[in-house]
Amino acid sequence: MNTRWFYLPLAWALSGCPLTMAQDGQTPELDLLREEIRSMRVEYEARIAELETRLEAAEQAAAAKPSAQGAPATAAEPMSGYEEPAMMSPQTVSVARDSSFNPAIGVTFQGQAWAFDNDPGDYAIPGFPLGGEAGPAPEGLSLAETEISMSANVDDKFTAMLTAPIVVEEGEVKFELEEAWVETVGLPASLAVRMGRFYSAIGYQNSRHFHAWDFADQPLVYQAFLGNQYLDDGLQVRWLAPTDFYLEFSAELLRGDRYPAGGAANSGFGAQSLSAKTGGDIGFSNSWLLGLSWLGADADGRASGSEDDPLYFTGDSDLLIADFVWKWAPNGNSRQRNLILQAEFLWRNENGEYSLPDGATGPWDVDQRGWYAQAVYQPFPRWRFGARYDQLSSDEPGSWWLDTPLYPMDSDPRRYSLMVDWSNSEFSRLRLQYNYDSAGEDADNQFGLQYIFSIGAHGAHSF
Amino acid sequence: MTRTIKALALLLLLAPLTAVAGLRVFACEPEWSALAEEIGGDRVEASSATHALQDPHYVEARPSLISQVRKADLVICSGAQLEIGWLPMLLSKANNPRILPGKDGFLEASSMVRRLDVPDSVDRAQGDMHPQGNPHIQMNPHNIARVAQALGKRLAELDPDNAADYQARTADFLRRWNTAITRWEEQAKPLAGSRVVCHHKSWVYLEDWLGLREVTTLEPVPGIPPTAAHLSALLAELGTDGKGADMIIRSPFQNPKPSEWLQERTGIPAVMLPLTVGGSDRAKDLFSLFDDIIERMLSARAGSRS
Repeated sequence: MNTRWFYLPLAWALSGCPLTMAQDGQTPELDLLREEIRSMRVEYEARIAELETRLEAAEQAAAAKPSAQGAPATAAEPMSGYEEPAMMSPQTVSVARDSSFNPAIGVTFQGQAWAFDNDPGDYAIPGFPLGGEAGPAPEGLSLAETEISMSANVDDKFTAMLTAPIVVEEGEVKFELEEAWVETVGLPASLAVRMGRFYSAIGYQNSRHFHAWDFADQPLVYQAFLGNQYLDDGLQVRWLAPTDFYLEFSAELLRGDRYPAGGAANSGFGAQSLSAKTGGDIGFSNSWLLGLSWLGADADGRASGSEDDPLYFTGDSDLLIADFVWKWAPNGNSRQRNLILQAEFLWRNENGEYSLPDGATGPWDVDQRGWYAQAVYQPFPRWRFGARYDQLSSDEPGSWWLDTPLYPMDSDPRRYSLMVDWSNSEFSRLRLQYNYDSAGEDADNQFGLQYIFSIGAHGAHSF
Repeated sequence: MTRTIKALALLLLLAPLTAVAGLRVFACEPEWSALAEEIGGDRVEASSATHALQDPHYVEARPSLISQVRKADLVICSGAQLEIGWLPMLLSKANNPRILPGKDGFLEASSMVRRLDVPDSVDRAQGDMHPQGNPHIQMNPHNIARVAQALGKRLAELDPDNAADYQARTADFLRRWNTAITRWEEQAKPLAGSRVVCHHKSWVYLEDWLGLREVTTLEPVPGIPPTAAHLSALLAELGTDGKGADMIIRSPFQNPKPSEWLQERTGIPAVMLPLTVGGSDRAKDLFSLFDDIIERMLSARAGSRS
């Protein structure tokens, strides 16, 4: 602004100067300067006119007011709705404070209540011993993780993110480290590198935080093959291809300390992954995302199954995931009405040996697979209704494994889920869910209630 | 070795797909892609992330948008947190160092103008708050003139070989725009002092420009859809004699039912105004956008219900 005022008399002199050759400026600079001045003049004339109108109106109001109040009409009362709006000049100078560089902080509050026909402590899927965090929520009222997140740019080349849930386990309050990573900003050649602890980029559902899930629990394939959600320490490189459509590749090298890896095998380089994702739009109302990923994990004494009598696996675990998401929202206004279709197919081969709680060890080379498909529909603002189907299946591992937790049932494990949720805003959600779970020996009816609330900074969600 | 060669060959094959002359401008809203076309002409290839029938607050960070930002030379957005729900995700996923905030390739239009409704304090109990002020700045054409000047300078910096051309085009646009503003202000004189009811607080800059008075909003707090209880309260406040306000305004992507419901009961005309280029059949560019807005308001004011 100041510099423009400085040029003003100069420009006025130039534009009015008799030596100016033609009416229309010969140089674009002069022409532009002239029009910029005119813009300012038009704008200020309009503002002056507006202020004059207001002054006039205020004067009339003051004159119309009987001076019976004693004192002569003091200041003209501003007309309602005409208060001078708060302003912020383009060059607002903010006073530097120590807090100016504080990271964006957010807290997500999550709680639940679950009721089961069967004892959730005995939950098991024959043939698919569960590892990691997999399994049902605690029975009755409980807090799910209370998640604290912080993020900020480190400098011009790096950005950092921390997610630390506070969890209550068997009456003890624990502060966990969920995600803690640093990522490059603005690397050339469309590359990005992330290092630290993070959710692997495989699949669609794997990298989504608990609060962003569309159901209160993970699909069975994620519980059986990924220990609920695969999180590990390592390095991730992503490359966005220079194509007109979306095409992204990522590769990860991970420590391999968590299910389906285990024991940080291979001197602490126990797992690798590769994934490719592509996607696009169809008209204004439809968009889709398709992904294919591979996770190769070395397991060294990986524990799974019952916590008291775990099974240990040593060997290779290979997992392939194909994921597909389709989102529909009329004219792209998902706030009014939208539909999300999501499905993932997982294939796993594990080759090595399992040891049973009694110490017996046997060779293991088995193919297993499973999939889920879900639909979540929002017919009007705030309310969403969802349905999900889960299925697992396993090859026969050999009669040696009969009567062990590793031998699958005759029928494939299945689960059917329904949910409804209500969101007052993007920051609050209440959910009711029902599962008919026939994945175990005895079918189970499961009822869940859940809340998710977040305060403070809340990062933008990915597609 | 052969694998590396194959990869390079693939890259070379893909390269022509992206080779386009001129600057690629990624606009968050249609008004800025329209402005980039006015000022850049054939030298820019502008696209908009949202269209006029879409609420720019709530857009998904779709894969197609990530690939567009990846290739962009300039990203121009209203800013002031209008795109907070999706633009940060696009910028972080696009792996494009040219368009990060603070670089020449990022232009926040709202930082060029005097922002209104800057709150003294922010609390989410008050709804969708914008700590940096109301972001719908395009509704005052004087603001567009300011952004045009900034955009012209920025294009000239990004493409210095054609700087003179961008200057000439900016000057030409401002010449036509200033003439149009004078005409609109003359036409809109009868609207001064009109009392308007708005669906969402999208119109504060239009109100400021034309001297309109906002009586109330259909949303109980910004971003929360109108509720039956709130509408009944509005009905009691506005009365049924048609004199509670002069018109009820909404944008094309907002649900027409609440304003039509209120029109039926209060007799106050409800009018749909395009919020950006493409928002109505007539609003084909920035000029016809304001022509259409003023005409629609004048006919609503004259009592003819649209």
